[in-house]
Amino acid sequence: MSTISLIIGPQHPALHEAERFLFKVEGETVIDVIPRIGYMHRGIEKLMETKTFVEGLYLAERICGICNVAHTLCFAEAVEQAADVEVPPRAKYLRVIAHEFNRLHSHLLLLGVAAELMGFETLFMLFWRDRELVMSLFEELTGNRVISAYVRVGGVTRDISPTLADKIKDKLPKLYKRIERYKKVLSEDPTFTTRTIDVGYISGSKLLALGAVGPTIRGSGVKIDLRYTDPYEVYDEIPFNVITYKEGDSWARYMVRIDECLELINIVLYALDHLPQGPICTKVPRTIEGEGEGRVEAPRGELLHHTIWRGGVTPWRHRVRTPTYANIPGVCEMFKGYHVADIPIILGSIDPCFACTDRTTVMLLDVESGTKKTMTIGEIKKKYWRR
Amino acid sequence: MGIVQWARIKSPWILHFPSPGCNGCDIEVLAALTPRYDVERFGILLKPSPRHADILIVTGAVSKQVAKRLKRIYEQMPEPKFVIAVGTCAVNGNVFQGSPFVYEGVDRVIPVDVYIPGCPPRPEAIIHGIVTLIKKIKGGGNGGKK
Repeated sequence: MSTISLIIGPQHPALHEAERFLFKVEGETVIDVIPRIGYMHRGIEKLMETKTFVEGLYLAERICGICNVAHTLCFAEAVEQAADVEVPPRAKYLRVIAHEFNRLHSHLLLLGVAAELMGFETLFMLFWRDRELVMSLFEELTGNRVISAYVRVGGVTRDISPTLADKIKDKLPKLYKRIERYKKVLSEDPTFTTRTIDVGYISGSKLLALGAVGPTIRGSGVKIDLRYTDPYEVYDEIPFNVITYKEGDSWARYMVRIDECLELINIVLYALDHLPQGPICTKVPRTIEGEGEGRVEAPRGELLHHTIWRGGVTPWRHRVRTPTYANIPGVCEMFKGYHVADIPIILGSIDPCFACTDRTTVMLLDVESGTKKTMTIGEIKKKYWRR
Repeated sequence: MGIVQWARIKSPWILHFPSPGCNGCDIEVLAALTPRYDVERFGILLKPSPRHADILIVTGAVSKQVAKRLKRIYEQMPEPKFVIAVGTCAVNGNVFQGSPFVYEGVDRVIPVDVYIPGCPPRPEAIIHGIVTLIKKIKGGGNGGKK
């Protein structure tokens, strides 16, 4: 049978961001995938070199709006390590609360989008209705619904009031019950299970070899979670379970997320109960000399910010490695052998966030003629950069 | 007012084009479609194809790679067509100003009818923007410029 090239993207209803995938299709079966990432490239790492850490924080959180707390937290950790600053314990607990709230909204968002991708509109609306509860609590905590700049270098910007803490303690158990109900729907409803079980299977060892991270790899039975393997902030003081599923298919990857939602509600409630008293911010010197790295378990997996400062007010180099970028080779393997109709569900199961992914693609691929051209940083500077 | 114009005002269909922003505006546009805000009660429907859409909603800053595609999608839409720029990135580039890979605003690439600033704008602001555009359409003509 002859092979047909099927192009999905950059604008496609199944992709919520501009990105392009070229599928080689035989009949209904996908035999090969060529991803073409880079449409979302904005030059953030280069732009970071022109910003102080106060300005850089706002840029860091706009790498991805969905997991913005993870990015600011990671950026702050890297700069704090470079500046050798210790954050007060209350700020650490507040960071964990905001971080987990962010993860909760991100997971609910993805599960809703997944339901929409398979045409289960009712579940999509139900997930997003309950997500609004998280958003309004997050707004009261941080001051904005999505992008909030809550974490700052040296601490956090706002303290939590006792009335808000009571409100969160009151509302989250109700949400817990709702999520438990959705878990039942996801594991029993044939609308969901027939589309996801045994779709997009990949083994844990293969994902490890391809460098996958986060819920993607935990869905294949590999216990990798930075909160557990390399605890940052106060995760070593908080008891929680790392969720893993052995199945390795799309269903397992979605179930990891819904179980994590239940687990992190417990984390938030525990953190609220054990919130220490004290200041919420420390002073950080304006000029920094040193090198620091921040590693954070973002909603989609491990996130890395590496920063080098050479005594100036701006970093000499700032490097970001995002989870979706690490998951792209894995997801390309998952497509092979499955039907065209399964493409959106498999892609959705890694929770793709291409805004994170594209920061420094220096390889320019001319799609029409198929020629590749690699540019060095020096050439880019000479050609495009004007200080 | 003809019957087509009347129908268009009662039920404008939108196409969402996510260009390279941070996704913050994308999820707020989606939130505007879901139960708490629910723009469907105004007859506003999200459509997957540019050929079915009346309004193009652009979120995020436009990068040089995506600009060509955005232009092509704009050209595929049937006349009369309207563009809403959602978010400060789409209005003027926001924090990405000065980056060599990003245009400072959607209006450098395609004409824009309504600007909704905010980073990200709240769903209420997005609904207000769409209602403003509907008022503009009632004014007549493409873009309603008097």
